[in-house]
Amino acid sequence: MTNPAMIDVEASETLAVRQESDVIQLTSYIRQQVVLMGMSTLNQTKLSTASSELARNMLIHGGGGTVQVEQISMKSKKGIRLIFTDNGPGIADIEQAMQSGYSTGSGMGLGLPGARQLADEFQLTSAVEEGTTVTILKWAND
Amino acid sequence: MSKSIIGTLSQKKNQILTLWMRNQLSDGGLRDDLMNNEDLRQQSAELLDCLFDTVTDDTLTAPDAPSLAPLIDQLTHVSMSRARQGFTPRETGTYIFSLKDALLEIFRHERKEDSEQLLGEILLISKFIDSLGIVTFETFIQGREEVIMRQTDEMTEISTPVVQIWDGILAMPLIGTLDSSRALVVMENLLQEIVRTGSGIAILDISGVPTVDSMVAQHLIKTVNATRLMGAECIISGIRPEIAQTIVHLGIDLSQVVTKSTLASALKHAFASMRIEVSKANSRSF
Repeated sequence: MTNPAMIDVEASETLAVRQESDVIQLTSYIRQQVVLMGMSTLNQTKLSTASSELARNMLIHGGGGTVQVEQISMKSKKGIRLIFTDNGPGIADIEQAMQSGYSTGSGMGLGLPGARQLADEFQLTSAVEEGTTVTILKWAND
Repeated sequence: MSKSIIGTLSQKKNQILTLWMRNQLSDGGLRDDLMNNEDLRQQSAELLDCLFDTVTDDTLTAPDAPSLAPLIDQLTHVSMSRARQGFTPRETGTYIFSLKDALLEIFRHERKEDSEQLLGEILLISKFIDSLGIVTFETFIQGREEVIMRQTDEMTEISTPVVQIWDGILAMPLIGTLDSSRALVVMENLLQEIVRTGSGIAILDISGVPTVDSMVAQHLIKTVNATRLMGAECIISGIRPEIAQTIVHLGIDLSQVVTKSTLASALKHAFASMRIEVSKANSRSF
């Protein structure tokens, strides 16, 4: 995990995710941002897939939440940091939740581990009855 | 002893309407291309009638009062129909706020002698009209949202076509993001067309789908399984390189599904499994 103090936030926008159509809006917003940044198509696809996984998770398990979309830079590198925050029931066993194929819902159980694979950096904090925060980071060309 | 606010105003109804119309007609933003002056006058008169029928001095301070429901309904109707006709929110807002100018002008004449009372009453009327203005904004946006919803529905309908590209081969090019509701429409349309045409092979082309996350993949797998149950084979084509890599990173297992990179290679596969041979015609035979 990169030391957050070394990262400069250049622009930040917060979007709400309350229904399924918001997920689509979120991913297309992120796409717009990263296209301007010159991110490769592969990384664009990875990032928007990871964000749609996490946003959907938030919707299904956390009853919706917000996503902070940050354009960041570190030295000459540019990237995007996304902070997904919900006030849902939280995750009791994070280790289990990060296992591929484990799901409490009807999904495939690939969302969290998949998002970790697709992002350059991934951080999850959760407290039962308080909510979950997932932060992912993707550099434009890394 | 001064008369009530509404009592004073309702006596001057015709004058108010005249003033209001004058305000509206003098406004630079008047859209006589969307609504002619006669209709505008009638709409304004109806709204004014409704206002004086329902509002009393007590409800002036309580715009949420149930007795005001007919007025709010009327206002909602006006605002909604304006949204559909293509008025901008500013134009609809100006419509209500120009009524305020008319009411205040009447009041200035009526309460010349008592400026203290005038001030208090002007504030009351002002607040009331402002809250009516807010109602028009809310419903205006609601009206627009309904338009958007309808368009979304239409797009879902037209963006899931099933085409028969060969005798016994169906193709379904998917364009845009797949959400749960659309995925259901896709599956339903495809299964129905399989029955209708008696096709043995269906090709689901996802070239136009920007992201394939685990939910989309799950829907695709379900669709493939459902077509199998109906005795048909389902091929997924149009898997772009970045989608392939993302699917692998996500850990989605599509090994049970026949996948191809292009629609052409899927068609080739379909021909092979149907034992159809397509060859260039021999020029000498013509």
